[in-house]
Amino acid sequence: MEIKVLKNILSANDQRAQENQDLFRRHRIVALNVTASPGAGKTSLIMATIKALRDEFRIGVIEGDVSSTIDAKTVDKVGIPVVQINTNGACHLDATMIANAFQNLPIDELDLLIVENVGNLICPASFALGEHRNILVASVPEGHDKPHKYPLMFSKSDAVVLNKIDLIPYVDFDRDQFIEAVNGLRDDARIFEVSCKTRVGLTEWSEWIAAEIQKERAA
Amino acid sequence: MHELAVTEDMLNLVLAEAGKHGAQTVNCVKLVIGEMTGIVSDCVRFYFEQISKDTIAEGATLSFDFVPAAGRCRDCRERFQIADFVWACPNCHSLNIDIVAGRELYLESLEVT
Repeated sequence: MEIKVLKNILSANDQRAQENQDLFRRHRIVALNVTASPGAGKTSLIMATIKALRDEFRIGVIEGDVSSTIDAKTVDKVGIPVVQINTNGACHLDATMIANAFQNLPIDELDLLIVENVGNLICPASFALGEHRNILVASVPEGHDKPHKYPLMFSKSDAVVLNKIDLIPYVDFDRDQFIEAVNGLRDDARIFEVSCKTRVGLTEWSEWIAAEIQKERAA
Repeated sequence: MHELAVTEDMLNLVLAEAGKHGAQTVNCVKLVIGEMTGIVSDCVRFYFEQISKDTIAEGATLSFDFVPAAGRCRDCRERFQIADFVWACPNCHSLNIDIVAGRELYLESLEVT
């Protein structure tokens, strides 16, 4: 007997992600899924975001790594609630990991949840977490051809943060080609050009996040 | 890269659907995989063999229907296949392209007894 199924293989994850999002919505929490290749500056951007917004909003962080607690310790040091997920080899976070980790955060005392995904631009593209916004951190030394090498992740990202722009004079990075490629894959993607080191561009970025939180509150 | 997670979810879905229909054995599993998902069929086969042991899906044949990546130009509306990561419209050379195929990752059907 043939059974027609026609169901997404990851539908169980999608379902769990939807439950996460419903939970976040009920508590008026904006959740960001931050993806990047290793070393692009996810943690640096998260630290800069905390610094810019912590007086105005209550922030919590979930750190995803294959192993180690280095990033969680960095966040914990500045007194922000943080949970570390070690995936023990898995190349991405999934919605169940987020649901479990989130239980360890003060749910009624958060406006913004920042999830730092595992450094990888392939696998996280397939696994929804329940996020409101996907943020992709790219960095100048990686090269301007990355959007076309990881089109799925770029096409899913609501905002692309181009980090380390202070290095542009020293590397062969064609900014216009990068921006053209990002907008080619997704014409409504917001692009922020920043340097977490020199702090250029971070005000515009954090204002955008603040506006996203206000939008969620007004909804 | 993430074939184990995908195969685990796939097996759960197979067992749930087969169970709904009171199947004794799953003989064949038909999957549709888009090129852009990066899923490698040999890896899925390998993991499936391991994790389906002692279930009604043990020994089932996996068949894969691959969907090539395709884009549609937002400027001239041309639909085309994306080969070798060349992201430009072959008709008007625009880079403004929506991905219209290649993200598929679903269980199409089961053959059970």
